[in-house]
This record gives sequence, structure tokens and C-alpha cells, in this order.
Amino acid sequence: MNIYEQALSNRRATWAVSSVFVVLFLFIGFGFDYMYGAGPSVPIFTIGALILGIVSAYSSYEYGDRFILSSTHAQPLDLEDPAQKQWQNVVEEMSIAAGIPLPKTFVIEDQDPNAFATGKDPQHSSLVVTKGLLQVLDRDEQQAVAAHEMSHIRNFDIRVMLMLSVLVGAVALISDWARRGIFRGSRRSGSRRQGQGNAALLLLAVWLVTIILAPLLSQLLAMCVSRKREYLADASGAELTRHPLALARALEKIDSRNEPTRSIHQGTAHLCIADPKGRPLNAKQGWVADVLATHPPINRRIEALKQMAYVS
Amino acid sequence: MLWIFLLVVAVAVAWFIASYNGLVSLRNQATNGWKQIDVQLKRRHDLIPNLVETVRGAMKFEQNTLTQVIEARNKAIAAQGVAEKATQENVLTGALKQLFALVENYPDLKSNQNVGKLQEELVSTENRIGFARQFYNDIATKFNTALQVFPTNMVAGMFSFKEAELFEITDSAERSVPKVDLNIK
Repeated sequence: MNIYEQALSNRRATWAVSSVFVVLFLFIGFGFDYMYGAGPSVPIFTIGALILGIVSAYSSYEYGDRFILSSTHAQPLDLEDPAQKQWQNVVEEMSIAAGIPLPKTFVIEDQDPNAFATGKDPQHSSLVVTKGLLQVLDRDEQQAVAAHEMSHIRNFDIRVMLMLSVLVGAVALISDWARRGIFRGSRRSGSRRQGQGNAALLLLAVWLVTIILAPLLSQLLAMCVSRKREYLADASGAELTRHPLALARALEKIDSRNEPTRSIHQGTAHLCIADPKGRPLNAKQGWVADVLATHPPINRRIEALKQMAYVS
Repeated sequence: MLWIFLLVVAVAVAWFIASYNGLVSLRNQATNGWKQIDVQLKRRHDLIPNLVETVRGAMKFEQNTLTQVIEARNKAIAAQGVAEKATQENVLTGALKQLFALVENYPDLKSNQNVGKLQEELVSTENRIGFARQFYNDIATKFNTALQVFPTNMVAGMFSFKEAELFEITDSAERSVPKVDLNIK
């Protein structure tokens, strides 16, 4: 798959992700009406959940990047600082190479090297690095990292990831409310439920399971979506710099500094170039790692890059 | 029968329009890519006087090199036409390289913050020029491929689209000094 096909499939994936979440919200709201609502004629909770779902999907599309930037305490670059000025130059160079508008650049006060890009499209994108990355990597390696992130921006990965990270948060929130509602909730609905068939009970059971599993499932989805995209971004990033070994070196350096990136939280982990948690899981292979890791094993990525440079 | 005939004609017309528009879009992207190279070259021309002023005081004994850099810059600005522009830009690249090699001999200059800043700006500008050329070459190759492959080449022939020229390094001894080869195709 090349970058243009990827961009197209990402536009579709954005719709798919949003629809899944809206349906999930609808389903949760529907269950509330069933248990506590004022009957089928006034489905307050269903309508409420539908509106909430659509509003949060739309606002994550429109404002999600600002939300992520403020949650990671990203600051605009200080161009008086030579290291940050150099990074700004590197980003400008790569935006020329990628043929996309210049992303807004931000920096995080964090010693662990990491970077991520976010935004809804190449015209509205932001690129964030930690100070650690600017200290650890030389100019060529920074260029490779910038190129990797440019590829995420250019093929609309950022849009899918943005929707995912904000919606994962929203699902966690709503299912938290829902659980509290169930276990603390009034019993007045108990009498109304009596006398209904097994089908209704089954539906109720499915609903409960959905509420309990929704946060987990949405996270799994986010991880799966992000993992597949890393190899492609590595490859098309190397196509921009024509220097795959620089990215391999950068990944090695980032990997060897295996402390967690503290300022980047769970919800944004899948955006980063390397797993900010420094989890040993991402280094392992096998199906558990395949399901639960946000990033492919870093040594496999390095291996793939070295093959591009014919040194493996 | 008539319906089938009309359908075939409709499909053919739709294909024709799509190919023509596709070619125009690619040609415009290539033109834009070409303009981007000019933008970066201008950035380089604007930086050089600053650089020369900053190092002039400390490099009293290298006035000759400094004059060469300035002359090369002025010639590059004045150059007309793609071929001459490329030649003059390459002369300028050489002069700048010589200047930076000389800066290494002046410890005060090397540790001077302003010189460091300007050096970073020039390194970045050289990279930008390189990446702008790379981007242009990629787009131009795509455009040329579209012109050559069947059946788009028929549409291209009808409207006499011309192939875009690529930046190429012709002499292996001058690998570090890119040139435009105008003779290809």
C-alpha cells in the first residue's frame, strides 16, 4: 500500500471509527432507557447518548488536537534556543520534502526522547517533540524522526488517531458513569422488568458486558490501528530523507533511553514514534504482544529499515 | 444497441476528461515544485550578505574569499535561464563551502554564536534546496510517466503536453555539485 492509498483508506477509517463509537454510545443510552427511563415513548437517555456521541465525535475532529496539546503541556518552540531553532529548520525542510504545509511545532519539557504528530489534516497539523529528543539525536536523526511524523500527517494517520484518542477517553468516561449508575441505581425499574421474556434478559446481559468491556475494546482498537501504521510511516519517512539508516539509528537511541515519557498519558500513547510507557511488552513478539502493544517491536522496525539500506 | 453505443461513448468521454484533468493537475504540481526551488534559492541569496558581514571583521586575511562569495551570489541572482542559473548556483555552493572550511581556522568565529546561527541557517537552506529539488523530481517523474504510459499518452499527444525536465547530476566527479542537464529528452 502506498501513501495515497493509505490516505484514502484513512479517510474511510475515520468514518468507520466515528460510526462505531456513535453506535456504541447509542447502545449504552438505549440500555439506560430500558432500565431507568420513562418508557419507550420518551427515550431521554438514547437521545442524550446519541447527541453526546455525535458532539464528541465532531468536537474531537475539530478541537481534539488542542485538547491533546494542552494535556501534554506542549509549548510553542523558543526559536532563540539553538537546539529548538535547529528542530524548527529540520521540520521546515521535511515539510518541503513532503510537499505539505508547515505543521505548527511544539516542545514538551521531558527528558525522555519521543515525538508525535496530531491534527485533522495536513493543513491543520501539529508536531510535538520532547526536549530529550532534541538533546539525544543529531541533525540527521532528527530529520528522520521529522520525516516519519510528516508521513503520518501526509497520509491522514493523524486524523484517525486523533478521533481514536479523544473517543477512547469519552467511552471510558461514559461507561464509568454507566457502571456507577447500574450499581448504585434505583430499584424502581425492577418491577417493570418482571414478566418480560428471556430475550430481554439476554439483551440486558449483552448491554452490561458492553459497558464493562467498552473501554478495553476501544483501547484495543486504538492499539491495533496504530501498530499497523508505524511500518508504513517508517518506510515513507525513509523515502523522504533517502536515508533509512538515520531513522534506524534514531529508533535505537530512543529505545536505549527506556524510561517512560511522563508527560504523555495513556490516551495519547499510540500517537508517539515509540511507546512512551517504555513497556517491555512492545519489545516482545507473539500474539499477546500483537494484541496489546501500541507499537510493533522496535527491533523489527530497525531490521526493516536496515533492509531498505541493504545493510542487513 | 443504441443504448450500449451511447454508454460506451459516455464512458470514453468521462475517461478522456479525467485523464486530461489529471495531467493538468500533475503539470501544475510540477510547476509549483519548480517555484519552490526558486523560493529556497532566494532564501540563500538573502542570507549570504548577513553571513559575510558577521565574519568580515574576524577574517581580515580572507577578504578574497569573501569577495568571491559575494560575487558568486550577485552572479547567481543576475543569472537568466535555467542552465545559467544552475551553473551560477553551483559556483556559489562551492564558494560557500570554501568559506566554511576557512571558518574552521578561526576559533573565535567557530565559538561565535551568531556565526553558529548563520551556519545552521545555511545548512538548512542547502537541505531545503536539496529537498525542493527532490520533491520536484518526484512530481516531474510522475508527470512524465503519466505522459508516456498508454492510453494517457494519446490525450497528452492531442494537447501537446511537454515533458518536465529533471535535475540530474551528469558528471560523477561533480556529485556534490548538482547541475541541470537540459539535453535529456
